[in-house]
Amino acid sequence: MGATIKWDEVEQGQELPAAEYQVHRVNLVMYAGASGDFNPIHWNERLAKSVGLPDVIAHGMYTMAQGGRYVTDWAGDPAAVVDYGVRFSSMVVVPDDDNGATISISGTIEEKLPDKRVIVVLTAKSGDARVLSKARAVVQLA
Amino acid sequence: MALNRDFIGRAYSSPAPYEVSRLKIKEFAAAIGDANPIYRDAEAAKAAGHPDVVAPPTFPIVFALAGAGEGLNDPEFGLDWSMVVHGEQRFTYDRPIYAGDRLLCTSTISEIRSVGRNEFITVRGDVTTVDGEPVCTSFNMLVERGGAK
Repeated sequence: MGATIKWDEVEQGQELPAAEYQVHRVNLVMYAGASGDFNPIHWNERLAKSVGLPDVIAHGMYTMAQGGRYVTDWAGDPAAVVDYGVRFSSMVVVPDDDNGATISISGTIEEKLPDKRVIVVLTAKSGDARVLSKARAVVQLA
Repeated sequence: MALNRDFIGRAYSSPAPYEVSRLKIKEFAAAIGDANPIYRDAEAAKAAGHPDVVAPPTFPIVFALAGAGEGLNDPEFGLDWSMVVHGEQRFTYDRPIYAGDRLLCTSTISEIRSVGRNEFITVRGDVTTVDGEPVCTSFNMLVERGGAK
């Protein structure tokens, strides 16, 4: 149990490898079922458009989960995340086609804290839109 | 219509313990597309030093608002759900959530403020085991668009 990344081996300002996550309509249907959030703007194109959205949009928590996945994959253990917060700054629009949407995530070690912890700041984009802001995780490293 | 400020500080308890199951964690991990074996295979989780299957960091959203619904849905509160979007979310973790945990959540409407035409509502959810061990805290900020008018 614990992170596989060693605190002594990371530096403030270090950039973490970027990752891309593909989102299709089926992922949103699965997320609705798993989370219990059945708001139709996340799966019903007709309803989404009727309330002025360009198309079906991903749950904010789905996007936050991709950021969480990014951090836990890097750290090597989900238990290493001690604090994780985001602001939902833009929508991830998920069209009904073969490509769906892409969420691109990158991270930077903003600060090294005592007790072998670091603050990782995330950038999450879909197309040109920055979909998360103030996205930061505190991670307990080895 | 502005939200009823009398609700600031009101706390609501989850109606019954939330029982974390291996299947629910597996379903959630599949939904977010995360193939990490420690979310679905108890042996892999144990080999990594955990007592059982681990929940992904955002899993608490599944139950963290269950208690708050009673307050947020109260007609006296005045919230129009059709205008609500999720503004911010944060979790702080005392320990990971594991399959087999029996969890309680106390949700408190901790802050309401007007920003322009919008109302910002923060709901804090304090999650513990049924034995009172702290597990995590959720900070859920909802935005009611046009609610401050």
